[in-house]
Order: sequence, then structure tokens, then C-alpha cells
Amino acid sequence: MAVTLDRPGGPVAPVVRDSTTQQRIGRIVAWVLLIGAALLALFPLYWLFVSALTPTQEVVKTPPDFFPVNASIENFRKLFAQAKDYPRWFANSLLITLSITFFHVFVDTLAGYGFAKKEFPGKGFLFAILLSTLMIPPQVTLVPLYIVTRNLNLLNNPLAVILQGTANVLGVFLMRQYIQTLPRELEDAARVDGCSELGVFWRVILPLSRPAMGALAIFTFVRHWNDYIWPLITLTKSANYTLPVGVASLQAEFQTDYGIIFAGAALAALPIIVFFLLFQRAFLEGVRMGAVKG
Amino acid sequence: MADLTANRTSASRAGAENPIVRFFKRYGWGYAFVLPSLITFSVFTLIPVVWAFIISLQNYRLNGDSTWVGFENYRLAFTTQSGVFKIAIRNTLLYTVFAVATNLFVGLVLSSLMQPLGKWAQTFFRAAYYLPTVVSAVIIGVIWRWIYNAQWGFLNYVVGLFGIPPQRWIASPDLALQSIIAQRMLTVPATAIVLFSAAMASVPKELYEAAALDGAGAIRQWWSITLPLIKSTTLFLVVLYTIASFEVFDLIQVMVPSGVGNSTQVIVTQIYQTGFQQYRYGVAAAEAFILFLMIAAAAAVQFRLLRSDVEY
Repeated sequence: MAVTLDRPGGPVAPVVRDSTTQQRIGRIVAWVLLIGAALLALFPLYWLFVSALTPTQEVVKTPPDFFPVNASIENFRKLFAQAKDYPRWFANSLLITLSITFFHVFVDTLAGYGFAKKEFPGKGFLFAILLSTLMIPPQVTLVPLYIVTRNLNLLNNPLAVILQGTANVLGVFLMRQYIQTLPRELEDAARVDGCSELGVFWRVILPLSRPAMGALAIFTFVRHWNDYIWPLITLTKSANYTLPVGVASLQAEFQTDYGIIFAGAALAALPIIVFFLLFQRAFLEGVRMGAVKG
Repeated sequence: MADLTANRTSASRAGAENPIVRFFKRYGWGYAFVLPSLITFSVFTLIPVVWAFIISLQNYRLNGDSTWVGFENYRLAFTTQSGVFKIAIRNTLLYTVFAVATNLFVGLVLSSLMQPLGKWAQTFFRAAYYLPTVVSAVIIGVIWRWIYNAQWGFLNYVVGLFGIPPQRWIASPDLALQSIIAQRMLTVPATAIVLFSAAMASVPKELYEAAALDGAGAIRQWWSITLPLIKSTTLFLVVLYTIASFEVFDLIQVMVPSGVGNSTQVIVTQIYQTGFQQYRYGVAAAEAFILFLMIAAAAAVQFRLLRSDVEY
């Protein structure tokens, strides 16, 4: 959280080097605003971790401690003692999210290749239908999907969440965009060398698409790791909750025993923060890919 | 899809002896590659959307004896539960206007300020701004509920420093909606910053050099070169943030599960309550379609407004 002032005179664009007083003031104001925004963005998370490390009787006092001066893991111990299902929530989330991610990386790459490189009647039409449904809010399908899930006896089954997660078509667009940029000569060369259609996909397209697949995997993982409303509707027994549903349920269950709630929330936030820091570059690349059109 | 297949076979039947085999030899792989995603898309999006519309015209019962009621559910959405849905729409619109305007403005300013910085500093700020975005809205909601806590909350400590008495924030019917909107306005708009930065970086440097030669200052350059050239990104972000605001649910559900009377109801919390707490499926489906219409209308208006003079 220690946001240090990174060398104020650091590598700045050459245009503004020979600075008048006015420009220098402008630069200082810019740094103050940028660092202020970074503090504002990170403060809530910082506060969560400070609160999670502070025992409940210490956390409810004024003025609050800005640093965890009485740091202890008491809250975490209480969390695991009283919210017995917590490890299961984590496992459920992991199972569901990984399944959805594997599905999308594989199926979206196949479809992306089909739409990018293959010619077949109705391609434009099919693609247009996919595209047009991106505007439909996901809430529209909640009621019918809930009814089917209920009728198929899949409530409280992770499969219900996994299947619903396969519906998103954003990945198809990302992969299509990326694969379109791959030169056709490589595929043709492979065909001349006697590669089957599947061989072309497996030996040429897949290896070349790895960067985009990585971005898609990370993107899909985070998106579904955080899913809330659908798991909330279909998973009603504590043992079946995903992490977001479980963490939200702590609030109702432990009311003013804030320590347990913060410990549960902090522990849920930690892996995804580490994940982001590890794959930060690929992640932001994915954000950009999702937006840059054709 | 059905009539497409029909067209195809009748068209290719005019060909040689075994047109179907030839057709599949030629196009089969294309269909095979897109088929898996078309299946999941049809089963989990296309059919449910059509079915949702049918349900919205029915008094839907799980046991099977549903009755057709025409557009009655759309009327019921507005008239039952003493018109909460109207309040929800109003709240959603208020939330959207403030959220989108502030987020876009802050995103534009911050990414402009980042532009002249070195690569390392830019990467650092982008990551710092983006980090909270990857954390689940549920967790962010838990934190803000704590910050807004009427007794021990951080915010009451801060306003106390300025001599303002403690407020009840999200627990008060008068302040709850404002507090929730303020939370969104104080959120650093990371996606906007990432996309604005990318768009600004792709503006050709020669334009700035030419403008500088003509004596244009930094602000003038920003106004006359940067802003017009990133306009398509701005349009995209306005639409993206508007849709996200219209669909806000997780944060509000976690921060104020009770809705504080009805003061913090938004469209999706209403859909959730109507459908999954009161089990009025038809009305919930109708509310979801009203949300869809609002999003479509807003996007159409925004395209009009922002597209009109984008020709370059």
C-alpha cells in the first residue's frame, strides 16, 4: 500500500522538458492528482485488510487505527471455527470457474477460427445473431434459466452455474479478431504438407493463438469468479455456495461480529489480487482487446 | 437456422449427383468449428430470451397451468407493490447519470495526465487503478458497508474531523441513495482509463508536433487533437458504463440488502425480488424486458449524439 512518489523527475515525455515555473506546477498538480486517485482506488482494499487483522473489539473504536497496530489472526481463526463451509465455498468457486474457463478457451477458439478463416453459407448471418445478443442484459434470461434449472433438479448443483457460464459469446469475438490477423499462408503451407483440417487447427492455429487464449482465460476466470446473482439464485444451501455468495451470507449470519466478516472478505479478495498482480500485463491486454473493434 | 438449412439444400440440389456430400465436404469443417459455441449460445441465450418474452406475457405457474395475459405483466410491474418499480427506474436513472458522467470525466482527466509519463509510471498507475476492479463487487460492497457504518464507520470519523456530526449514511432513507451514488462516483474508472490511454497513445505524434509548431499549447492540443480523435472510444465507454449502471445489482444488494424502505431499489434488485423472492415470474420477466428496452433506447440515443460529428 506504500505508494511511493516514483522519481518525480523520471522519464517524462521530451516535449515538456525545459520547464517554466508554470509547467513545473502543472506537473506537480498532475502527480498529486494521479497519486491521490491511486490512494482513493486502493484505500477500500487496504482498509479491509487492516480491519480483518484487527480484533473486533479493537475495530469498533474512534479514532480507528490506520495501521494494524494490534494485528492478530484471531478473526481468521474465528472464521474457520464458525463459518465451517468457508473452505467448501472456495473449492466450489474454483471448480465452477475453472470449468467455465476451460470451456471458453477451447470452444471460443474453435468458433473464433471458424468465423475468422472458414467460408460457409450463413456465416455472416450467424455471426450477426451472436453479435446482436451482446446488448441483451443477462437479467433477461434469469427467469427461464431458473425454471429449467429447477425442473431439471439442478438447484444447488455446481453444474447449473457452470452451464449458465458457458453462454457468454464475448470470447468468440476476441478470438475471431485475433485469429483474423494470423497470415493465411501458414495454414495453406500446413495443408500442402498434408495436414488435416483438425491438424491445421491443432498445429498451426492453437500455438499461434496462445497469447489471445491466455488473455481470454484470465479474463473469463476473473469474470466468473466474481459472478453473484446467478449463483445466489440457484445455490441456496450453504455447503454449495460460491465465495461471493458465501461472503455476502456472512453479513447476515454474523451481523455485528465484524471481524469474521472482514476475515472472510479479505481471504476471498487475496487470491484474485495475487492472480491479477501475476498476470497484470495479459489482463490489461485482454481489457483492451475486448474493446478494440475489428 | 432451420430455414437456412432448407435454403442451402435446395440451392445445392441443382448441382451434381451427390450435392449434400459435396456441400459438407466443402463447408462441413466451417460448421463443425462454430457448432459447439452455437449450441451453447442457442440453449443458454437465444432460446431463453425468446422464452423469457413468452413468460412475460403469461401468468406463469411452475406447476404448468400458466395462462396468457397479454401485456398485463408490463402494467402490473408499474402498478403493484405500490409502484416500487417506478422508484427503482428513477433511482437507476439517477445512479446512471451521475455514475457515467463522473466516471467518464475522471477517466478522461486521469488518462490525459498519465499520457506524458514514462512507461513504468503509466504501467504502475494503470495497475493500481485496475486492481480493485478484479475484486468481486460483493467484497467491495462489504467494505463500503463498513466504511458507511453509522457507528464505527471510517467516513463518520472523517466527517467528524470537519466538525460534522455522525450520519447514518446507507442506513438512512434520506441519504442511502446519495451514499450509493457517491460510492460509484468515488470509484476510479479503471476500464475507462485503460481504454482512453490506449486510444490516446495511438494518436499520431506528428499531429501534436504540427500543432506545437503552430503555437498551440498543451490544453489547446488536448482539446483540438486528442478529444476529437478518441471520440469513438468515448462513445464506446459511454455505452459500456451506461449498460453497467443500468444493470447494477451486486454492490447495492450487499450494501443495503433491505433497500432502506424503498429508497435504494434499482431495476435489477426489483427483478430479483419480484422473481426470486415473490415468485412472480411473469412480472419479473416483464421487468427484465423493460430494462432491455431502456438499454437499447439509451444506446441508440448515445450513438446518435456522439456519432453525429465524428466524421474525419
